[in-house]
Amino acid sequence: MLSKRVIVCLDVRERKTTKGVKFKGNVDIGDPIEMGKQYYEEGVDELVFYDITASAEGRPIDIEMVRDVAQNVFIPFSVGGGVRNLDDMHDVLLAGAEKVSVNSLAVRNPRIIADGARAFGNQCIVLGMDALRVEPTEAIPSGYEVVVKGGRERTGNDALAWARQAEELGAGEICLNSIDADGTKEGYELNVTRMIAENVSIPVIASGGAGTPEHLCAVLVEGQADAALIASMVHFGEYTIDSIKDYLRKNNVRVRTL
Amino acid sequence: MNSTPITVVDYKSGNLTSVALALEHLGYAPHVTGRAEDVAGADRVVFPGVGAAGSAMKNLTAGGLDAALREVHARGRPILGICIGCQVIFEQSEEDGDTTCLGLLSGSVHRFQFPEGVSRKVPHMGWNEVHFLREHPVLTGLPSGSQFYFVHSYHPTEVSPSIVYGEAIYGEVRFPVALAKDNLMAVQFHPEKSGKPGLQLLDNFLRWRP
Repeated sequence: MLSKRVIVCLDVRERKTTKGVKFKGNVDIGDPIEMGKQYYEEGVDELVFYDITASAEGRPIDIEMVRDVAQNVFIPFSVGGGVRNLDDMHDVLLAGAEKVSVNSLAVRNPRIIADGARAFGNQCIVLGMDALRVEPTEAIPSGYEVVVKGGRERTGNDALAWARQAEELGAGEICLNSIDADGTKEGYELNVTRMIAENVSIPVIASGGAGTPEHLCAVLVEGQADAALIASMVHFGEYTIDSIKDYLRKNNVRVRTL
Repeated sequence: MNSTPITVVDYKSGNLTSVALALEHLGYAPHVTGRAEDVAGADRVVFPGVGAAGSAMKNLTAGGLDAALREVHARGRPILGICIGCQVIFEQSEEDGDTTCLGLLSGSVHRFQFPEGVSRKVPHMGWNEVHFLREHPVLTGLPSGSQFYFVHSYHPTEVSPSIVYGEAIYGEVRFPVALAKDNLMAVQFHPEKSGKPGLQLLDNFLRWRP
């Protein structure tokens, strides 16, 4: 049987893993390559590296870092933040990443999903999406709007419609981040996760709000997510991959055993 | 560095970096090449790949790599097919409107078809258990039930039970994921992305003397 995945996300700024709440007040917490290697050895199922300043600074992703990660980590990992075009995707994948994640680029230019999927295969293209809870309107019937720039900019797009469109365009996976839940540590936004997971036929990774193993259990079962993204839960040593997976196993959620 | 020559077939079908890095991690210096004569004369071949069977076969044929693979296979050199490399070694794939494949093994490749009332996401993506049915030098030290990383929408079917060494189950469909015959071993999952058991399998393959 297929396992649910536990994915650790590392936000990277100038080769340091950093962590902030709602993208404010970041603190550096370690070397991303060392941390990636450690999580790999502890049994994480997948890793995500976001270059959080590449996009704002208009520079390409740190390819050397991707290469260093790939030399040390023999599980899938994806890279995002600052992907500007097909060439950037190519560089990231060629450096050894399994997947590349696009977010605001895809909002501006949805065709990049189709072009990337055609060039590198659907399984390589992850749509990253930030969703904000809003009053349902005719334009946003699902009650969730796609936002960019860490929630500071609204796009006017309906999150559910965007998820479906991304699937049609050829995205292999959706990483759905709830802006409302992000940084709260009070649990994932189950409602939007379930809505999207039930309405697309590609895997959905839930992101934003994880604070306890119970939260992962809820989003993987009730929220029907295929994978759960975590960060500060493990970055600050509060939990280990093992303790989280133990909890999931005891609650009948199938997870990978080392 | 181990001096055993390892040839990784590059046929522009997906990303070979992770395979090459995993082999380097195990202490080998892989030779990644798309030259047909290098593949035909290779000592040991890793045949990886992601993507679709149709474009894979097109690329193989265009570069004469189809003939090179048949030749190195006939010479009895150890070959490891991974993912698409595990599919196009059969006679035919349903993907891309019936693609004629290499035919190193008899059987064909079909898209996941679940029993009525069962629905699952396709591709089959993520970690799944592999149930090993019998021993093989390349599977040494891998307990049945070990988990490996999969990404695929098609899988081999209609194969002789005698070549099936491992199976997985997805959406109640049981399908072969480790197949071997003579000097050929093929796995549907990605050992290069499957952590320790994956590296173990690759290491076993590099030592295998069929």
